[in-house]
Amino acid sequence: MSQKRDLKEYWKRNLRYVAILLAIWFAVSYGAGIMFADALDSIKLAGFPLGFWFANQGSEIIFVLLIVVYVKLMNNLDHEFDVHEK
Amino acid sequence: MSILTWTWIIVGLSFMLYIGIAIWARAKTTGDFYVAAKQIHPVMNGMATGADWMSAASFISMAGLISFMGRDGAMYLMGWTGGYVLLAMLLAPYLRKYGKFTVPMFVGERYYSQTARVIAVICAIFVSFTYVAGQMRGVGVVFSRFLEVDINTGVIIGMAIVFLYAVMGGMKGITYTQVAQYCVLIMAYMIPAIFVSIMLTNNPIPQLGYGSTLSENGMKLLGTDGGYLLSKLDVIQKDLGFPAYTGRGAKSMIDVFAITFALMVGTAGLPHIIIRFFTTPTIKGARASAGWALFFIAILYTAAPAVASFARLNLVKTVHNQSYTEAPSWFKNWEKTGLVAWKDKNGDGKMQLAKGNAFKGKVAFDKTTTGQYGEKVVTTPIDDKSTNELYVDNDIIVLASPEIAKLPAWVVALVAAGGLAAALSTAAGLLLVIASAFSHDLLKSIIIKDATEKQELLWARFAAGGAVIVAGYFGINPPGFVAQVVAFAFGLAASSFFPVIVLGIFWKRATKEGAMSGMLSGIAFTAAYIIYFKFINPSANVAANWWFGISPEGIGTIGMLINFAVMIVVSKLTPEPPAEVQRMVESLRYPREIA
Repeated sequence: MSQKRDLKEYWKRNLRYVAILLAIWFAVSYGAGIMFADALDSIKLAGFPLGFWFANQGSEIIFVLLIVVYVKLMNNLDHEFDVHEK
Repeated sequence: MSILTWTWIIVGLSFMLYIGIAIWARAKTTGDFYVAAKQIHPVMNGMATGADWMSAASFISMAGLISFMGRDGAMYLMGWTGGYVLLAMLLAPYLRKYGKFTVPMFVGERYYSQTARVIAVICAIFVSFTYVAGQMRGVGVVFSRFLEVDINTGVIIGMAIVFLYAVMGGMKGITYTQVAQYCVLIMAYMIPAIFVSIMLTNNPIPQLGYGSTLSENGMKLLGTDGGYLLSKLDVIQKDLGFPAYTGRGAKSMIDVFAITFALMVGTAGLPHIIIRFFTTPTIKGARASAGWALFFIAILYTAAPAVASFARLNLVKTVHNQSYTEAPSWFKNWEKTGLVAWKDKNGDGKMQLAKGNAFKGKVAFDKTTTGQYGEKVVTTPIDDKSTNELYVDNDIIVLASPEIAKLPAWVVALVAAGGLAAALSTAAGLLLVIASAFSHDLLKSIIIKDATEKQELLWARFAAGGAVIVAGYFGINPPGFVAQVVAFAFGLAASSFFPVIVLGIFWKRATKEGAMSGMLSGIAFTAAYIIYFKFINPSANVAANWWFGISPEGIGTIGMLINFAVMIVVSKLTPEPPAEVQRMVESLRYPREIA
């Protein structure tokens, strides 16, 4: 029975990770790159207006990092709950 | 050596490489053919997925679009990358755990219904054919400009190559060829970008270069004073009457939002991308593959806005207010293909760029005469609302930019090979989806249930071969609506597959009635909206008539929401799925088999 509770906990943790990472995914692209881009454009990063940069490159770079973090977190979680592939 | 000789050499070598790989990686079993026997290393799979994903549209058209749209164009950059985050976290690991061959197969088993499977097959085939037609057009454009052969001959050569490695190698041949194609296309994209970046800003990294200040040499080339490259571009755009390059463009915020969302969700619902995650040996590998794929894609996608702004600067500086008789040679070369055109509206013999369209509608030429300055005569009526005299097709920005920047001939040739690699790799991935949908989901499971593996493999090869021929037909006789149907492909993928697969994985209670009614209402809504505005009443296709201000390109977002809503309500009202299906869904959650 304890294994069943563990599996529930594993799934809950997984969903929590995904929810947090997708919140960042939304914030950098739809937030910084679209909705608040005009406001952010008043800040300059070298020659880039910041909103323009998030839309053109920042989002894409952060997307890659989000997947890297997800892969690390899930691989650790699999081991913690002993559900990893052998 | 001339551009033409270089192009034959480089394109010839790259094709020999693809054929060599095809012979080496022949498929022997259906497992080889459909999913490369699940033996592809995540890094390799990431590269192959990158090439599969980056089509003629990404390689040839995207930077051109951005260069004309300014910041609005970023919706393509975000939209065509953000979907991988959804894939990695919501789909890839679970579908890999499921462990079968095709997307319709998953839909059929999860929703315990052959009807659901057939609906999924039809969607998969439609979406894939739409896409293939665009790739073949890309092949034709590259061949006609760079190898100076007839477009049709170009398409046939392209077909023959794809036929060889898709039919022989299946997924295995395609994957290894795509790895090679990724290398070709990324070099072809980056080398000219690096050259131009050094030329204008002294910064060898184009991704940073376009945010730097102009170098001495750059100032001289563009005939301007110093400062940040992007600020110069903003000023130049405003002088010509365009909105600032880095500022808000012509589209409303809600439309940009909806289009970006539809592209992201559509990406995550495209069968030829989803299927890539069936090919890795482990679930861990499927997760990592999505990350590698996006990494390899992001190299090109972060360089695209740099290429776009370099090209815009170079374009304005080399043609605006130049007299036609002294037009640069690239201009005359591309005029032959009909992708640039000029009409001297004010009779001064010079070419002027301005806001608005030069012509009303699709540009056509009078083939019998030439104009006063030797230009090709455009028969399309001019748009007298604008003083713009130049038509420049988005598709030439990437292909012509090495010529515009006067780079060496071998660089121009490399770009041609890159464009072909991008188009062919995507075409092959799509053909495989069509072949497997046909042979595995229709023939093997519904029509000839007792087919042996050998027979099925033969049918799969036939289906791939047939699909190549149909795709080639569309390449030679491109339907006038290729550009329009791309919106269709994404809208359809967003409003059909994505909700059904995500709820299928994350919600055990989702029923077959829910899935079918959700898919059908999502598709019906999206298709009706697109067909109305694109085909039935195109003149009404303006922001004032759109629902919620969302254009047909972005309507897949609403279609997806409808699909989710209908599916949840109907599932709640219908009896819950059989216990064994619920057990199957439960088992998808854990990488290891739990007793």
